[in-house]
Amino acid sequence: MSRFRAVPSALFLLVLCALLVTVFAACAGDPVAEDAVADDAGESVVNVYSARHYDVDAAIYAEFTEATGITVNLLEGDSAGLLERLRREEAASPADVFIAVDAGRLHQAEVDGIFEPSTSDVLSERIPANLRHPEGMWFGITKRARVIFYAKDRIDANQLTSYEDLADPKFRGKVLIRSSSNIYNQSLMGSMISALGEEQAEEWCRGLVANLAREPQGGDRDQLRGVAAGEGDIAVANTYYAAKLAAGPPEDQAVMDQLGVVFPNQDDRGSHVNLSGAGVVRGAANKAEAIRFIEFLTGPEAQAAFATSNKEYPVVPGYELAPELVAFGEFKEDALGLAEVGQNNQNALMVMDRCGWR
Amino acid sequence: MRSFSTGFVLVIAAIIAAPVAVVLASIGSDSGGLWQHLVSTVLPGYVRNTVALAAGVAALTLLFGVSTAWLVTVCRFPGRNLLRWALLLPLAIPAYLGAYAYTDLLQFAGPVQTWLREVFSWSRGDYWFPQVRSLSGAIVLLSLALYPYVYMAARAAFLEQSASSLEAARTLGLGPWGCFKRVALPLARPSIAAGVALVLMETLAEFGAVQYCAVDTFATGIVRTFTLPNQYALTAAAQLSALLLVVVVVLVVVETRLRKSARFFETSGRRRQLRAWPLKGGNAWLATAVCALPVALGFVIPTALFVHLTIKAGDARAREMFLEMGRNTFVLAGIASVLAVLLGLGLAFAVRFRDTPWVRFLIGVAGMGYAVPGAVLAIGVLIVVAWTDHRLRGLVQSVVGTPTGLLLSGTAVALLYGYQSRFLAVSLNFIRAGLTRIEPSLDGAARTLGATPMMTLFRVHVPMLRGTLLAALILVFVDVVKELPATLMLRPFGLETLSVRVYQLASDERLSEASSGALAIILVGLLPVIVLSWVVDRSVISKS
Repeated sequence: MSRFRAVPSALFLLVLCALLVTVFAACAGDPVAEDAVADDAGESVVNVYSARHYDVDAAIYAEFTEATGITVNLLEGDSAGLLERLRREEAASPADVFIAVDAGRLHQAEVDGIFEPSTSDVLSERIPANLRHPEGMWFGITKRARVIFYAKDRIDANQLTSYEDLADPKFRGKVLIRSSSNIYNQSLMGSMISALGEEQAEEWCRGLVANLAREPQGGDRDQLRGVAAGEGDIAVANTYYAAKLAAGPPEDQAVMDQLGVVFPNQDDRGSHVNLSGAGVVRGAANKAEAIRFIEFLTGPEAQAAFATSNKEYPVVPGYELAPELVAFGEFKEDALGLAEVGQNNQNALMVMDRCGWR
Repeated sequence: MRSFSTGFVLVIAAIIAAPVAVVLASIGSDSGGLWQHLVSTVLPGYVRNTVALAAGVAALTLLFGVSTAWLVTVCRFPGRNLLRWALLLPLAIPAYLGAYAYTDLLQFAGPVQTWLREVFSWSRGDYWFPQVRSLSGAIVLLSLALYPYVYMAARAAFLEQSASSLEAARTLGLGPWGCFKRVALPLARPSIAAGVALVLMETLAEFGAVQYCAVDTFATGIVRTFTLPNQYALTAAAQLSALLLVVVVVLVVVETRLRKSARFFETSGRRRQLRAWPLKGGNAWLATAVCALPVALGFVIPTALFVHLTIKAGDARAREMFLEMGRNTFVLAGIASVLAVLLGLGLAFAVRFRDTPWVRFLIGVAGMGYAVPGAVLAIGVLIVVAWTDHRLRGLVQSVVGTPTGLLLSGTAVALLYGYQSRFLAVSLNFIRAGLTRIEPSLDGAARTLGATPMMTLFRVHVPMLRGTLLAALILVFVDVVKELPATLMLRPFGLETLSVRVYQLASDERLSEASSGALAIILVGLLPVIVLSWVVDRSVISKS
């Protein structure tokens, strides 16, 4: 028996070391977390969970701090993970603002009770009513259109004018699009369900899958490069990816030189537009700062920077666009209620699964 | 006392296993038809791909790992001294970075194929070219990233085999091949099996590279299901995870059986290094080529590409990245690896001193996090930590009167907890394997001489395990440097690590800018890996 007696003490020692190391880590490795609660001491902060991942954001947040003296604590991540974190942290969450890059996610966050309504005259004046939540749960920051690009030398643009055309048998083996795991495709599918009804949308989806030039792979830029390299003739991509390619190094510009753009469904409902947007998190400790932050994101400096550096469409009309976006031309947007798209997103992926869109 | 110490192990193992257990706890819940939907649409594909991937990676890592370990240990050929340690270098490159690199190089629109088309004036469909983004592409990429585990295990085992048994075999007329097949390989089998078990668990949990290769496995399917905008998403994802873990349990049981049925202890006190067979002519160069191939493919080519891209168009924040994010990464990985070794040592000793089925079971569960995709494990950690936090808040409120914020969520503690849950298996596996090679009669001898078990532990076992402990430390360190999904989901405000930066650029599809971060990840992992190769050599030889 006595042979074993010392085991617990040895274990104790090891675990004690382990705990000490952890405590040390919590104190030493985490200087930023102290700022997160520094508002008690009079310094003002805003804590932001963001699913955006663009360098221009950091510059805009720095400008915000300079203009207002409010420190921005930022946590960037993927939207599903951030949303789960917000759900688990409940009202005690340190987050004041949640930014998502997709209408479906904004809708989901609202349904999950993540947001609290806020009122701001500045925001309701600036942002068109269809790009913000009626009760102020969330506000749009930027728009992006999901449109069609084609090889100018191989495709007659007159034959390709709508999303529905992507499923036309005449384009068998010619279409490039990324995986259905991607949220932009899920929203596009959601908008197709809204436009056509689930049954016909599934039909469309089958037609699209039959037209694929290859198993969906890579990102939006890979689809554009694929068309330029002759792997397919038609690609679906977000506008800012294409605009960034066009503004990129010579080999990327060469890719875009070969491609034409089609804004689909101009004669009927308009092209599918998605939204990145922000809302105030329920129980936010820094609500006033949070609203000022969102106001800043829709203000002139931020909207101009989103438009020119990140090549997104600003939600507030009247700002100068990046030259690449100007070159794409003006277009009619699908004015579908974003809440409806959000709801249809639930079914979108299941429809895509049934059609074998990987 | 006895039940107390078992209770203690139980608590630690339970804490480590909690995130996995919590995710699995939702299995019983109703998935609102989502599970049936998955079964009727995507699940068969997940099963097929996962089995094929695991089998392919196991076969290829065995081929790479065992053949190179045998060659550098018992044969002499040009470049052997360099390759002996260089063979571990691919450990510094996460599989997802290898995937970025090779996709960039070999895709249809990439430089190699474009060059071929220009030179031979081919166009699409005129020629066959291997697809990186495919099942076989994923198998090769993962094998290149993971074979070092098998190499290391096999090499340590070959080095430890007493020279006398191999020399006896030679005297009895066995050639090199016969020695390998009939003596060395059977003796090394338990070690190699442990290496392959690690490889398989990593393969089952791998998300980044597999996703990039456009292969749908359990891991990618679980993450995809979780991100569904559907209230049942988490439940359905948990049900998929449970199915995956059943496979892991089978693996763990088989591995334990193998280890148990084949325990070998060194009995001869005198250990001599085996004299290496000199290879001649073509054979010698063939051996060089065989050993250089995985190093070139797994390390040199991707690193060279990232260097090239960094020079051409690096990250604008490169300076800040190397200084600040590099430091964060280093500190996190350092603390996490020390913790993992301490905890691993504690648990491994518990099994040695008290080998009850309960203890074995709990330790098995504690090691399971390694086979769970990081994103799923992170959700488990979120749930456990947030639950604890809400209880703590209630407690503080009832004592002090005012509620606190969240004490653990969103701190480095939650992140380090996640790392332990995920990587403890690595240190535990190594330390247990190391312990089994120490003869139990040594414990008895120490006891006879009046040492307490505690003294035995620190004065006999720990010094003998020095190499093993260092190896475990380094492996966990390198794993943490490469880790992405849990870091992304659990980290505190503003804490940026290298892998997070690479993720941000890559998710914005700016791969050439991500090259700076990729290079930094490789650099941070490189030094420890070099130390590791030195350890693998020294720890064995110095004992002689």
